[in-house]
Amino acid sequence: MTTQQDESSAYEQVQASAEFQELRRRYRNWVFPVTVAFLVWYLLYVVLSGWARGFMGTKVFGEINVALIFGVLQFVSTFLIAWAYARHAGKKLDPLSGRLRGEIEGTSNE
Amino acid sequence: MSNHALSITLFVIFVAATLGITFWASRHTKNATDFYAGGRSFSGLQNGMAIGGDYMSAASFLGIAGIIALSGYDGFLYSIGFLVAWLVALLLVAELMRNSGKYTMADVLAFRMSPRPVRTAAGVSTITVSIFYLLAQMVGAGALVGLLFGITSPAGKAGTIVVVGLLMIVYVVVGGMKGTTWVQIVKAVLLMTGAALVTLLVLGHFGFNLSTLLGTAAQQSGKGDAFLNPGLKYGVEAKGLTSKLDLISLGLALVLGTAGLPHILIRFYTVPTAREARKSVIWGIGIIGVFYLLTLVLGFGAAALVGSKAIAEQNKAGNTAAPQLAQKVGQLIFGDVGGTILLAVIAAVAFATILAVVAGLTLASSSSFAHDLYAHVFKRGNTTDQQEIRVARIAAFAIGAVSIVLGIFAQNLNVAFLVALAFAVAASGNLPAILYSLFWKRFNTAGAVSAIYGGLVSAVLLVIFSPVVSGTPTSLFPNASFNWFPLENPGLVSIPIGFLAGYLGTVLSKEFNAQKYAEIEVRSLTGAGAEKAVYH
Repeated sequence: MTTQQDESSAYEQVQASAEFQELRRRYRNWVFPVTVAFLVWYLLYVVLSGWARGFMGTKVFGEINVALIFGVLQFVSTFLIAWAYARHAGKKLDPLSGRLRGEIEGTSNE
Repeated sequence: MSNHALSITLFVIFVAATLGITFWASRHTKNATDFYAGGRSFSGLQNGMAIGGDYMSAASFLGIAGIIALSGYDGFLYSIGFLVAWLVALLLVAELMRNSGKYTMADVLAFRMSPRPVRTAAGVSTITVSIFYLLAQMVGAGALVGLLFGITSPAGKAGTIVVVGLLMIVYVVVGGMKGTTWVQIVKAVLLMTGAALVTLLVLGHFGFNLSTLLGTAAQQSGKGDAFLNPGLKYGVEAKGLTSKLDLISLGLALVLGTAGLPHILIRFYTVPTAREARKSVIWGIGIIGVFYLLTLVLGFGAAALVGSKAIAEQNKAGNTAAPQLAQKVGQLIFGDVGGTILLAVIAAVAFATILAVVAGLTLASSSSFAHDLYAHVFKRGNTTDQQEIRVARIAAFAIGAVSIVLGIFAQNLNVAFLVALAFAVAASGNLPAILYSLFWKRFNTAGAVSAIYGGLVSAVLLVIFSPVVSGTPTSLFPNASFNWFPLENPGLVSIPIGFLAGYLGTVLSKEFNAQKYAEIEVRSLTGAGAEKAVYH
């Protein structure tokens, strides 16, 4: 822990630092667009299920139709985004947040 | 041995094993961190399995398989919403919450706001959402037992609700978060194994040809190709626009509700670091995703092998589709004895599923009562760990007792809508408060209180005036009609109301604390000053 200095102002100093702003940017610039993207992709699927039944019912091979493929693709995109986020966080966020945490807590772990 | 006797034997073994774990856990539960957060010492994998065990309710297992078996493709819409929702939790909530909170959802909100009004609102919302969810599960348990264990008398059903209620009270009161987490882990393993086994047998029966399975399902459903297309249950053309808007409304509540469900949020506190919280959500997504793919095969398999008509005859909602399928496919492959054994196994698994979920809900609501309402609102923070834990245990007992009584009272009512309502309230009230709190600098007390009450009240009121409660033969009160709100799911209206109320409440109040925002932003992203794990 830090010594008896004013904690709040210490946090404001960290917040204003270039390193923290970089961490914040790397986090927000990844999660905000991806969140918008997967929500739009999901809503597109729901809307098509309501308003484009003919298209969704088109058979692609055997009894497998567009609706089923679209649904399974939602699973695939969810798995891929989870995997991609873990990779991004591990490479771009964790080293930076670990360093900042070490500085704030006054220890050198991680 | 009959299948009922075998089911009950297997279930008793599960109960004995989980009670053993619970009493073991109680010896390692010494302080508030142990009771509320399992000492924060679970690994990412363990917590990921517990997330699965907490989330995959009987509504998911029996309900979705049943909807698919009766209405075909539309059941799949539910699974997709339930799964995609986890990305909101992963990207925006889990890690930041682990870094800035302590025991409950309200901890994150109270961090930079006036604690008493915010904790009161969050406590009221947590307890309301949990009781809605709890009630649906309890009534479901009463209905299931008749079908699975052959108990059909009203006294028998009431007795089941009492047994379920008492067991969940014991898990929570004795084992706290440690006991509850282990019950959920055991349940997740059993549920995944059971579902995978039946799925493999079904696929094997159809020579691992999905197309043949789907074709047979469409044929046996009596609905032909329409069975494989969206639209049989939701967004029926004949009902026009309302029905399609209802589909969107449901979809929104499902995808945004998960990251606002209190019993899910407190799971993020059970791991030592934000990184482990991330890992646990990723494991959770893997487990839950695979599980929903299995239910797809179970649902279509039930339609193909048992037939939609035979399923609807047992239970109008199709809740027995999965057990009926287990019996049928066991019979086809291993003969009558095989069918009996498989049915018994799946019935016992279904019951274990209910128990693990209700325990999680009881823990979330009693924790919020003790930590938010008692310790911080009534006692203004002047309590010891031991006092808080004692109050949490009393609250778990009281909430358990209330849900037993309500469950018995409601056992003949159609309360399935309560699960969707819980998701809608979580998406409309809790989620805006959490997201604004973590990401919006200007957000303040008035905003948080407006978002939570605005979302909660609008969602509940809209459901009261919807066709779910009155005006149709399947309503809660079929003989009354005050259903002026046309949608069954309030999300489409109440979610924007929650976000808007949070925005307006904030800008209309002058309160603003830049220092506190700096602290929560730095702490949530770096993990500095985060609560540490305790190891005994």
